[in-house]
Amino acid sequence: MLFYLLRRFALAGLMLFGLICLTFTIANIAPADPAVLAAGPDAGRSQIEQARREYGLDKPLPAQFLRYVSDLAHGEFGRSVASGRSVGRDLARYFPATLELCLLAMTIGLVFGISLGMLSALFKDRWLDHVTRIFAVSGIALPPFWFGLLLQLGFAVWLGWLPTSGRIGVSTEPGEPITGLLLVDAVLRGDGALFNQSLSYILLPALVLSLPCLASILRVNRSEMVEALRADYITAARAHGVSPWRLVTVHALKNALLPTLAIIGLRWGWMMSSTVLVETVFDWPGIGLYAVSSAIAGDFKPVMGVTLIVGLNFMLVNLVVDLLYGVLDPRLRDA
Amino acid sequence: MAASRRMRLAAWHFRRSFASSLGLGLVTAIVLLALLGPWIVPYPDHAAGSVNLTGKLQSPSAAHWFGTDEVGNDILTRVIIGARLSLLVGIGITFAAAAIGVPLGILAGTAGGRVREVIMRLTDLFLSVPGLVLAIALVAALGPGIVNAMIALVLVWWPGYVRLAESKALSIREEPFIESARVAGAPSLRILWRHVLPNSISPIIVKMSMDIGQAILAVASLGFIGLGAKPPTPEWGAMISIARSYLPDWWWYAIYPGAFIYASVLGFNLLGDGLRDILDPRSHRG
Amino acid sequence: MSLLEIRDYRLAFDTFDGTLHVLDGIDLSLEAGETLGIVGETGCGKSVLARSLLRLNEAPPARVVSGAILFEGQDVLSLPEKAMRRLRGRRIAMVFQDPASYLNPLLAIGTQMEDAIRGQEAALGQARRPHRAIRSQAAELLASVGLAEPQRLLASHPHQLSGGMRQRVLIAMALAGSPTLLVADEPTTALDVTVQAQVLALIAGLVAERGLALMLISHDLGVVAASCARVAVMYAGTVVEEASTAQLLANPRHPYAQGLIAAVPDLDNPAHKPRGIPGSIPNLMTPPTGCRFHPRCALASEICCSIKPALREIAPAHGVACHHATP
Repeated sequence: MLFYLLRRFALAGLMLFGLICLTFTIANIAPADPAVLAAGPDAGRSQIEQARREYGLDKPLPAQFLRYVSDLAHGEFGRSVASGRSVGRDLARYFPATLELCLLAMTIGLVFGISLGMLSALFKDRWLDHVTRIFAVSGIALPPFWFGLLLQLGFAVWLGWLPTSGRIGVSTEPGEPITGLLLVDAVLRGDGALFNQSLSYILLPALVLSLPCLASILRVNRSEMVEALRADYITAARAHGVSPWRLVTVHALKNALLPTLAIIGLRWGWMMSSTVLVETVFDWPGIGLYAVSSAIAGDFKPVMGVTLIVGLNFMLVNLVVDLLYGVLDPRLRDA
Repeated sequence: MAASRRMRLAAWHFRRSFASSLGLGLVTAIVLLALLGPWIVPYPDHAAGSVNLTGKLQSPSAAHWFGTDEVGNDILTRVIIGARLSLLVGIGITFAAAAIGVPLGILAGTAGGRVREVIMRLTDLFLSVPGLVLAIALVAALGPGIVNAMIALVLVWWPGYVRLAESKALSIREEPFIESARVAGAPSLRILWRHVLPNSISPIIVKMSMDIGQAILAVASLGFIGLGAKPPTPEWGAMISIARSYLPDWWWYAIYPGAFIYASVLGFNLLGDGLRDILDPRSHRG
Repeated sequence: MSLLEIRDYRLAFDTFDGTLHVLDGIDLSLEAGETLGIVGETGCGKSVLARSLLRLNEAPPARVVSGAILFEGQDVLSLPEKAMRRLRGRRIAMVFQDPASYLNPLLAIGTQMEDAIRGQEAALGQARRPHRAIRSQAAELLASVGLAEPQRLLASHPHQLSGGMRQRVLIAMALAGSPTLLVADEPTTALDVTVQAQVLALIAGLVAERGLALMLISHDLGVVAASCARVAVMYAGTVVEEASTAQLLANPRHPYAQGLIAAVPDLDNPAHKPRGIPGSIPNLMTPPTGCRFHPRCALASEICCSIKPALREIAPAHGVACHHATP
C-alpha cells in the first residue's frame, strides 16, 4: 500500500514537470514573436523590446525554460497586459469562484446521477428507465452554452425567478472571504441573506454545468448496477435469502460505485473545460471567463496561467481519486 | 462473426432500439443537409453574408422560417450551410486524430517496452490538461480562426485514440491465436495487419462515431467563445455568439443554430451507442 | 409425500438466434434425508435444473414451458416472490460451483454472513436480534464447517481466503437457515483435487448429521458415486436413467449411461481401455426428434427417431428412458 502511494506521488511529480514543459512548448510554438505576445497587441516597438528584455526572451531556450520554472516556483505567472495586474494575483482572485461552481455542479451530478442510475437499473426497461436514459443521452449531447442561454431566457428574463448573470448582486458586500466559497462562507458566518442571494446566482450556472456530468454518472452507474445485479455473488446472496433492499443498496451498489468513482476524475476535467463556456454565458467571474477574455484580447500570459492551474488542479483531483480507489477496494488495499 | 449475420444483427438491433434508429435518422438528416445544402437553401446568396439591412432581425415567418439575422440574412439558409461546415470540420478532426492516434497506439501496444513508455507518457501529457482549456491555449498561441481551431482540436483529441488502440492491441497481444501465429513464423507486420488491426477496429469505429458529434460541439464551443470561425462564416457556434447580443428581444436567433448542434451531437452519440451494441457488446459502459 | 417432486418440467431460453430447449420433461423425486446425485456432461441442463428449484434463472430469457416443481407439496413455480424468499436458504439451500465469483469481493465475510442470517430472520417475520447474537451465530456456523479462527475470518475479505476455505464459507452460509434440502451444484469442480475430497467429506458429514436431503450435481461420476445413494443420469435436458448408485455402476441399462461408465478408467484393471462416446451433444435449438440420444446411439432404430422414450421402471427403483431397455 505504501509502495502504491509513493509510486503515485512520484508519478504525479513527473506529470507536473511534464505539464510545465507542455505549457512552455505551447508558449513557444506561437508563430508570432513571443515578445509581441507578451507585450500585447497594441504595443509599440520599444515596448516589445522592453518586454523581450524583461522576460528574458533574448536568451537561449534552455535558459528561458529554467527561468520559467523558477518563476513558477515563486508563484510568478507573468503580467496581464489588459489588467496590468500580476496574473498570479488574478488567478487567486478568480479561482475560488470557479471552484465553488464546479464543486456544486459535481455534487449535484453525483447525488442525482447515482440515485437515478440506481433507480434506473432497478426498474430496468420500465418507463422510469426509459425516461432517465433519454434524459441521460440528451444531457451529454446538450451544448452547455446553448442550454445556459435557454435557461437564462426562461428563468431569469421571462419568469424573473433568478438573476441573469454574475456571482453576487452589485450592491452586496460579501465581506472578508474565509474559504473564498461564498456559500460556505455564508454558512460559516450564519448570514442567511448572503446565502440565499449567492444560491440564487449560482443555481443556474451550476445546473447547466452539472448536466453532462450527471448524465454521464447516471449512465455509468446504471450500467454498473445492471452488471452487479447480474453477478454470481448476487445470485448466491439471493439463494441465501438476503433481503432485496440490502441486495441492491449494499451488495450491488458497493460494486457499482467503484467504477463510478473512477470516472469522477475524468468528469472533473470535463467540467473544468465546460466551465469556460458556462462562465462566459453567465458572466461568472471565474478563471474560465478570465481565460476567454484574455485569449480574445490577445493577452497571452493569463491564458498560460489558467492552463497551468487547471492542469495542476486536474492532476490533483485524479491523484485523490486514485488514492481513494486504492483505499476503498479491499483487493487493492492488501496488494 | 459472419458478415451476413452481422448485417442481420445490425438490422434487428436498429429495428428494436428506438434510440439507435433515431441516431441513424438524425445523422442521415445532417449528412443530407450538408450534401444538398447549397442547392436546397431558400436564399443561397445569404450564406456568404450579403448585407440587407432593411430586412434585419425579422421574426420567423413564411418567407423566413427561422427569421433573419442582424444583417438581414435568412437564418435557415445560414444554419443549413453551417451544417456542411460543421460536418466537414467534425469529420476532419476525428479522422485526423484517429489517423495519428491509432497507429501510435497499436505501435505502443504491440512493441511494448521503452517505445510504449515514451508514447504513453507523451499521451498522458496531452491528457493532463482538460480538452477545451488546452484548445483555448493552443488557439491563443496559434491565432484565432477555424483552421487553427481544427489543429488545436486534433492535438487535443489524438491521445484518446492512442489510449484506446493501445489497450486493445495489448489485450489482443495476449490472445493465444497471436502467439500461435508468431510461433508459426508469421512476420510481425503481417500479424499486425491481419490480426491486431481487425480486432481492434470495432471500438475505434464506435469511438469515432461518437467523436464526430463531440468535435462538432467543440468547434461550436470555440466559435461561441470567439476563437473559432470568424464572421461572416456561417458556423453554428459563432452564430450563437452574435445572437447573444440580441437577446432577449430577438430570442429566436440564438435558438436555431443551437438546436442543430444539439441534434447533431445527439444523433452521433446515439448512432455510436447503437454501433457499440452491435460491434462491441461486451464493453457496454456509460 | 416426497420432499421434492419434479413433474414433467420443461424450460426454454429465448435468445436472439432462436429458442434453446434446455430442459425437456424432467421427472425426479427426492425423499427427506435422501441423497440424489445428478450426473451429466456440460450443457445437459443440470445446473439450470438446480437453479430452477429456487427460481434463480433470469426470467427473460428463461421461460417455463410446462410442468411443476413441488417442494413439500407447494409448486415452486407458481409461488409469489415473498413466499419464495421464505423458501430460499430456509427450506432449500444452494451451494455453487466457483466460490471465487459467488462471494462478493468487496464485502467482509462477516457482513455477507450476517446479511444471510438477517435475511432468514426477516423472511420468517422474527424479531430483530442484536448484532452480537447474529455475529456469534455466524461464528458458530463457520466453526461447524470446520473453519478455524472464525472471529478472524468474519473480519476478512474473500480474496484473503483459499478456494477450499471460500467454499466452506459458502456452505456455512447455505446452512444458516437450517434447510431441509441442500442442493450442491458442482461444489468441488473449481477446487484442487486434495481439497475436493475434504469438501465432499464435509458435505456428507453435514448431511448425515442434520438429516438433510441432498441433491448433488456433477459431471464427475466419481464425486457423485462417493456421496449419493441414488443417481440420475441426464443427457441433453432429459433424465435417461435413474437408479441406486450401486445398481447404476454395476448394471447401467441406458446406452448413454453405459457409455459414461465405460469411459471411466479402471485402476484395478489396467488392461481395460476407456472408450469414449462417439459424436457430440446436440444443438438445443434444433434438438433431435424422438430420443435426443439417438444420433449417437448404436442401438438406434425407427422408433427412436420418432417417439421420445419415457422413463420406465425396468427393475425395482431403477428407471430407464430407452425403447430398447427391457425389464
